[in-house]
This record gives sequence, structure tokens and C-alpha cells, in this order.
Amino acid sequence: MAYDWQPLILTLKLATVTTAILFLIGVPLAYWLAFGRFRLKAAVEALVAMPLVLPPSVLGFYLLLAFSPKNAFGRFLDETFGLRLVFSFEGLVVASVLFSLPFMVHPVQSGFQNLPRSLTEAAYTLGLSRWKTLTRILLPNIKPSLLAGAVISFAHTIGEFGVVLMMGGSIPGVTRVASIAIYDEVESLNYDAANFYAFVLFALSFSILLAVFFINKRALGPH
Amino acid sequence: MLELSLRKNLHTAEGNVTLDIELEAETGQFLTLFGRSGVGKTTCLRCIAGLTEPDHGRIAVGGEIWFDRTKGIDIPPQKRRVGFVFQDYALFPNLSVRENLRIALGDPKDERYLDELLELMDIRELERRLPTTLSGGQQQRVALARALARRPRLLLLDEPLSALDGETRQRLQNEILRIQRHFRMTTLMVSHDLGEVYRLSDRVIVIEGGRTVARGRPAEVFSNRRISGKFQFTGEVVAVEPNDVVFTLSILIGNRVVQVIATAQEMQDIQVGDTVMLVSKAFNPLVMKVDRNPGRLSPSRS
Repeated sequence: MAYDWQPLILTLKLATVTTAILFLIGVPLAYWLAFGRFRLKAAVEALVAMPLVLPPSVLGFYLLLAFSPKNAFGRFLDETFGLRLVFSFEGLVVASVLFSLPFMVHPVQSGFQNLPRSLTEAAYTLGLSRWKTLTRILLPNIKPSLLAGAVISFAHTIGEFGVVLMMGGSIPGVTRVASIAIYDEVESLNYDAANFYAFVLFALSFSILLAVFFINKRALGPH
Repeated sequence: MLELSLRKNLHTAEGNVTLDIELEAETGQFLTLFGRSGVGKTTCLRCIAGLTEPDHGRIAVGGEIWFDRTKGIDIPPQKRRVGFVFQDYALFPNLSVRENLRIALGDPKDERYLDELLELMDIRELERRLPTTLSGGQQQRVALARALARRPRLLLLDEPLSALDGETRQRLQNEILRIQRHFRMTTLMVSHDLGEVYRLSDRVIVIEGGRTVARGRPAEVFSNRRISGKFQFTGEVVAVEPNDVVFTLSILIGNRVVQVIATAQEMQDIQVGDTVMLVSKAFNPLVMKVDRNPGRLSPSRS
């Protein structure tokens, strides 16, 4: 029997795009939280961490309301950018980015914070600008944290269900990712297909995590 | 060359201390801030480097104002041209020794100067190694070379040798002195090691509770001219000064420097850094070298 690979491909596509965007947003955010001194920092940190404790359906529900063209913000996006985020792939990406934010920010932030302060200070006294200090000194020295953040965000996006269901529904080829497909197939008592998707996700997640632990062990190993 | 006056409130383990320091240094001078830890010596260096902001004060180097509270001037550390050697060296772990120095060169990269520094600090053969593979003494050399790669106007040493064992420490003290003289680099060092202060600095400023309590040449500040009738001590020779036909020996005993006179004959096998025993019998002090073998004293006078 031929299986439909489309949900799996869609899942990988979503995870890749989400991870790339998270990297671009998460690293500056982590830098800001690690070194910045400002009021309301605790509030920002709590907001970033919210997806860890919030039921995905809550986040999905509010995103659905916010992005719906019937509401002000959704209408603004629709009319200004022609962007309709509800029940679309772009919408899934936005939801996934928000939902996986802590998984990118936390490892990178603690990576920054665990670096000795004197590294940054030495770089400054040697005449390196903030940007050069970040790119030449800080980022290369937290490679394991960057890798951990990227991989766990990727794996977490593969595994999400609630947010995707609320925001995207189950439109084949558009929003029907593997985790949703499993649910659909089980509902229509199609256990064989469900098992196929489930097994691939299981194997994929396991290998990703195995790779992370392996790499971390090697990074910490020879000292 | 360097003019500094600063005030800053510090929150230390022993409560609030107000750091209140004024100092001046001439070009090529080696100045040491001496005192117990936690009295603001390091803070003073950090203020000069621009890493910590003083509450009040003014810092000028070579006619250039780096900080002036009343005029609202505060030049960022990147523009201050200091060579700061950190207590933990702060070498960049991701860069090789050569790259660590190279990144400090600025633009354009003067590779000849870089080679000269590697040669001068005797770290040429380490240039491809990563800092984590180096010994403490080697890391120290690299840190010093990197600070110089910046072509600083001022060298700031924050307890540069405190993490090293005695022998390495002594070797590097000579090294620092040699480099400092070679470049005629105005240097400000923080230390709480009396022997080190004595050996390296032209002038010393003693700080207690955030305030200057003594300043001057180390010999003036630390020597204790009272000599008791009978004593027997072991100590370390920290300075030898020829004085007509005799030598003035400064010997560090415990935490105190004692000056004694020795004849040329006595001085034959005694150098700075040697451990000696100082015995006084009425009016005739005997200076004897202490062998590394404990218990076997060899009098320098036959």
C-alpha cells in the first residue's frame, strides 16, 4: 500500500522554516535578555516562557482570534499586506515560532550568561565593537547552545499538535501536518496509515535527540 | 601621562566602602596599587579601562580626557587604547594564540609587529594552539602579548600572576619587567603580593578601606628601619642595590621588607629571588643562603 508522504513533507517544511526564523529572532532576543538591563525584563522573560506551561489550545485559540479577518489586527494584515494567517501555512509558521520560542531562547540565553564576563570586557578593551564581539567571540563560544536551541526547536515543531489544529485545521497539502494526519487517520479507524506517520515521527524525534546528546557529549568531552 | 581622580561607592562583603583615589603616573613608570583584596584596587583599573563608571572624577591619559563627570565625557572602552590583562586572562577560547593577538591589532593588520610580539614573549611555537591547551604561565604570556598587540598607551595588570605557582611567578615577574622597559610602557598593576610590588614597581600606592594611606617608592613605603638586637629569620631577597663598597639587600620576611648591608663577598652567590637566612648576633649580622634542601645551610662566608 502506498502511503501519502505529503503530511510528513509538510511537517519537515514547517519545522525547517520555523527553526530558521526562530534562529533569527531568538538569538538577538536571548542576547537582549542575557545582557540587557531594563525594567520589565522579568515580564518579557515570563512571556517568552509562557508556551512551556500554557495549553497549546489556549495559544492557538487567541492566535485564531487575533488573526481572524473579522478582528482589527487580522483585518489590518489582510488589507495592508494581503496576509491571511488563519488556516494557512504562513499562519502555522507564525504560531509555531511563538510556540517554540522558549526552546530557542532559553539554551542560547543561558549559553550567553555562562560565558565569563571578562571575555566581553577583554574584547571591548581590545577595541572590538559590540557587533564584532558578538560575531567573532560570543557566538563561536556558545556553539553547543546554538545547536541545542535549533535542534530542540526543530524537534518541538515536529511534535506540536494543539496550536496547529486550532490555527490551521486540517487542509491537505496546506496545514495537514503529520501529527494532525495521525489524529485524522485514527478517527477514521485507519490504523495502518496512522501507524506509518506515528512511526516516522517517533524515529525522527529519537534520532534528532540522539544526535544532540551525542554532539553535546563530544563538545564537553576533551578537556 | 596619567592623571586620575575618582570616587565611587562600592558594595563589598564588609559593607559600603567609598573608593576615593587620586594618582598620577609619568610615561614609562611602573605604578602599583597595593592593598588587601576588596578595597577597590581592581575597580580603579576598570574605571580607567571604561568597564566601570565612577560616580565622580576625571581620568586623563596623555592629554586626552577619557572620563570627566562634570563635562559629561565618557569615552567607550573600545576607544581608550588600554592593554588590560585580566586576572583570569580572558583569552578567547575559540581562537588560536596567533588569532587572539591578531584580533587585537586593529586595522590594518600589522603582521610584522605580531611576529615581533610572539618572538618577544617567546610564544612563537605556541601560535597555532588553542588557549585551553596551554599552561597557566603560557596563558599569561599570551594575555600580556595580546594586551600589547593593541599598541596601548597604558598597560593595566589586574593581579596578573596571582594564579601561578611560585617559580613561574618569579620568571614572569622578570618577563613583565623586561617588556615594560622594552616598550617604556606606562603600567598600572594591582597586587597584594609584597615581593611582587617590591620587585616590579617604581612607585606604590597603598590603599586601605578605599583610601590612599601611603605612597612613594616601595623602599620608602615598606622598609622598616628598626633593627632589633637578636633575631633569626628566613626571607626572600627582593632587591639588591650596590652602595659604594657594600650592597643594600632588601629582604622580604613574612609580610615585611627588611634592609641589611652585605659585603661583596657575601653577595657572591646571592641573587634577587633567593631565599636567605638572616641572623643577627649583636653587631655582626651573618647572611646565609638557604639551600632548597631543608636543613643544609651553606654559609656564604667561608
